[in-house]
Amino acid sequence: MLTDPSFWLVQSLNSLQLAMLLFLLSVGLTVIFGLMNFVNLAHGSLYALGALIGYSIAEASGSVWWAFALAPVAVAGVGAVLYITLIERLRSAGPLPQVLVTFGLIFVLMDAQRYLWGTDALGVTGNVPFSGTIHIGVEPYPAYRLFIIAVGFAVFGGLYLLLNRTRLGAEVRAGVDDAETAAALGVNVERTFFLVFLLGCALAGLAGAVAMPAFSAEAGMGVGILVPTLVVVVVGGLGSLSGAFVGSLVIGATLTFGTALFPDFAGIAMYAALIAVLLFRPHGLLPARG
Amino acid sequence: MMKRTVLAAAAAAMLAALPAKAADYKVGILLPFSGVYAGLGAHIENGFMLGLKDFGGELGNNTVSVVRDDTEADPGASLAKAKKMVLSDKVDVLTGIVSSAVLGALRDFVHGSKTPLVVSNAGNDDATGERCSPYITRVSFSNSSITRVMGPWMAKQGIKTAYLMAPDYAAGRQMMDAFRATFEAAGGKIVGEAYPPLQGTKDYGPYISQAKASGAQALMTFFAGGAAISFVKQYKEFGAAKDLPLYGAGFLTSAAYVHVQGEAADGIIASLHYVPTIDTPENKRFQDGYKAAYEGKLGSEFAVAGYDAAHLIVKAIAAAGGDKAKFKGELAKVSFNGPRGPLRIDPATHNVIQNMYIFRNEFADGKVTQKVLATIEGVQDPVNGCKI
Repeated sequence: MLTDPSFWLVQSLNSLQLAMLLFLLSVGLTVIFGLMNFVNLAHGSLYALGALIGYSIAEASGSVWWAFALAPVAVAGVGAVLYITLIERLRSAGPLPQVLVTFGLIFVLMDAQRYLWGTDALGVTGNVPFSGTIHIGVEPYPAYRLFIIAVGFAVFGGLYLLLNRTRLGAEVRAGVDDAETAAALGVNVERTFFLVFLLGCALAGLAGAVAMPAFSAEAGMGVGILVPTLVVVVVGGLGSLSGAFVGSLVIGATLTFGTALFPDFAGIAMYAALIAVLLFRPHGLLPARG
Repeated sequence: MMKRTVLAAAAAAMLAALPAKAADYKVGILLPFSGVYAGLGAHIENGFMLGLKDFGGELGNNTVSVVRDDTEADPGASLAKAKKMVLSDKVDVLTGIVSSAVLGALRDFVHGSKTPLVVSNAGNDDATGERCSPYITRVSFSNSSITRVMGPWMAKQGIKTAYLMAPDYAAGRQMMDAFRATFEAAGGKIVGEAYPPLQGTKDYGPYISQAKASGAQALMTFFAGGAAISFVKQYKEFGAAKDLPLYGAGFLTSAAYVHVQGEAADGIIASLHYVPTIDTPENKRFQDGYKAAYEGKLGSEFAVAGYDAAHLIVKAIAAAGGDKAKFKGELAKVSFNGPRGPLRIDPATHNVIQNMYIFRNEFADGKVTQKVLATIEGVQDPVNGCKI
């Protein structure tokens, strides 16, 4: 098995696909983290919300493309409400109230999801693009997973351009580097933070919508993915786009190959990687602030 | 004065000579209405209420009233709620229980307080094995009984090697161990196994790739709920069906969600104590009633367990009349034909003795139906250390 090249190919694709979902989730979280030292533990719930809203949109419109387009907008809308009602007040409250409130939000959002969508796992049945199987060499592989990988790379490219080529990007980089100086130079850090927060919510919603046709949507599905996402943020380094990307690749590969090669230790492989990275690079692999 | 006392005594004597008077039986339903098992809780309660409606006529002059509470999947909170039902609501019988962990937490209390408990899901083998109780009657299934029948059957189909996969918790392990024992006894060989975590991301890609690479002739699994939907879809997407046919405990393609799996479920062979396509008048009555009462939905094996729990309680009440002490003993003596076929309670363990159906899922015209390939009658667990 270990000498079988198709095994390595398929498992590498599996790890890449998981990494891209983790990237979509962690990139928003890490930039929010880096920009304002704000911990949003309910970020995973927005992922679930993206999947569930995506499910409803796909069922209503008959096409998951609408779900991909509209679910991120809807989740960003929810994010805006959360921001205005709760998060803005917590900005200066310190980490403990932030953690407690956003931890509570996990349960509020989970029960809201149960109330609205019920508790069954929901999957779209027909009309999913790339629903077939592609043969890579002789090895069959789900085409949809390749699509998830492509979405991840596209988002990474888009964010890279946004961050490096636009004024908003410059403001974000300045804010992550030194928020006080940026503010003194006339950057409206509050507004930047708000926009980045919304973008992070939208990406979490996109991750959910894109994951839904492959892994089904279920109230509370965001809880399980929160831990690997937080690990990616720490491994990659706070506040950094490429850190989130590299961290996702590392954790995706650790989870996938850990599962495949050392099934009995798969549960601890991710934490072992986390500890190893923190031992040698306490600020993560590619932190925004050296 | 004297005359009045005599009259009263005569009246009392007459009353005593009459059959036991009718009574109101209070049933405490303990099910998860929130948390990971909330979906199953709803199915079971729907089935239970339909059962009370369908068989309520057999109660005679007795009446049944119901109190309900949410167990979530929380053993500690469930125990507190069970105590409240028994001590303060004074229920005569408890029913429900989806999670085996909750059942484990309740066991000593119901045993000690001598409160009858009719289990309508939780399948942990120990509950009717080493940790059995004369007060616990299980009308659903035991984990090992589901997969035990698959070993010899698959071996007879010429399958010599199998790969096992199930979530890493007691039910997953018990179902796989039971299969392993009978499959190996029939000459089969287990060439690999994997136990993905119960909670967490629903990505089975790495596990499926692994099973394919093992070269086994069959993949034997147990997954349930959202995990089952994801697993079956991903199994198909990985093009595994050609080299590695999929077998499982029937929860893999439960009537509760097989319509969501759709075409991906086609060809999967599984074993379970109930399939919706059983062709009997009892099953037709159940399915028609369920459809009428619950928005045209198909009755699942979970709903059947609730339905049969109600039937069992009603029959025990009918046998005991108003005698509540007698009622406790009657629960384990009941037998009847339910939607799933003949059903009785094993006096040695108080576990259900029932048929197992080995069936193939067939997808046609946008619908999945179950074709029964074999019926194994009267499947009964070994005593497993139970002393009643």
